[in-house]
Amino acid sequence: MTESTKSTKSIEEKMAEDSFTLGSHTFHSRFILGSGKYSLELIDAAVRYAEAELVTVAVRRANTKEKENILDYVPKTVTLLPNTSGARTAEEAVRIAHLAKALGCGDFIKIEIMRDSKYLLPDNNETIRATEMLAKEGFVVLPYMYPDLYAARALVDAGAAAVMPLAAPIGSNKGLATKEFLQILIDEIDLPIIVDAGIGKPSEACAAMEMGAAAIMANTALATAGDVPLMASAMRDAIRAGRKAYLSGLGRVLTRGAAASDPLTGFLHD
Amino acid sequence: MVTINGEAQAKDGTMLLDFLKEAGYDSRAIAVEYNGAILAKDAYETTSFRAGDVVEIVCFMGGGA
Repeated sequence: MTESTKSTKSIEEKMAEDSFTLGSHTFHSRFILGSGKYSLELIDAAVRYAEAELVTVAVRRANTKEKENILDYVPKTVTLLPNTSGARTAEEAVRIAHLAKALGCGDFIKIEIMRDSKYLLPDNNETIRATEMLAKEGFVVLPYMYPDLYAARALVDAGAAAVMPLAAPIGSNKGLATKEFLQILIDEIDLPIIVDAGIGKPSEACAAMEMGAAAIMANTALATAGDVPLMASAMRDAIRAGRKAYLSGLGRVLTRGAAASDPLTGFLHD
Repeated sequence: MVTINGEAQAKDGTMLLDFLKEAGYDSRAIAVEYNGAILAKDAYETTSFRAGDVVEIVCFMGGGA
């Protein structure tokens, strides 16, 4: 009997039990959805087709001309993940985190600290400092970072709930430009690795999940697609496919030559 | 003068809650930082602006990677 036929659980049961944990919260969806750069009217459909349980939002100065409240458009079932975008230092990120908490949607915070306005690369050192300060205060801290092993280890020590390395420059849709380094973090860091930024296509999301990423965060891939809910659905399928492949264990790759899958006896010419 | 979201406004003496109503803010959807400290919502009606105050009024907006 092979390993796969020994299992008594159905694929549906296995997938229903598959989850990951951030702080004390358990999530079944491995698709974290951004809500930027597309209309509020599309958010509900995007969240539903993505089957997202975590949705990121930004904190900004309130504009009285803007009467719409994004919270009226996000389904109540999702957990909000405010980010600290706009912060240039750890102190600014902490300030934004406090404001986000005062807005009253829980204790999750995604740290984004960027001092570079051309490439929008995260500042790992400031991110580590902010993670330490906010984790001590009891936030569930998800730091967005440049995929560096030493920085990732420092984030673990600082109390991060997950690590969110970038795949490519934010908003670029360039895919898994940092693939080798993402794999190192997946292999070496004992926290969920959530691949964030740069994923442009479902195939790239699928590949990251096959590598063992815990989840994918995407926004621009949907916001710049032709049909936002349809792309949300495509991403969801790809992330699930990649997760299933990872759980299954990928087939081996031959270094050289070929291997038939057909029987090696009973040929007609024998 | 009071600096509100980066803009100088002649609101000395105005109560915060009155300002928010008059300006059309939905107080459910906002958080207020008053001279660097976040205010509890029940402090909106006990806080009056004084000259030199710095006020930030923020809300959630769409955002992500």
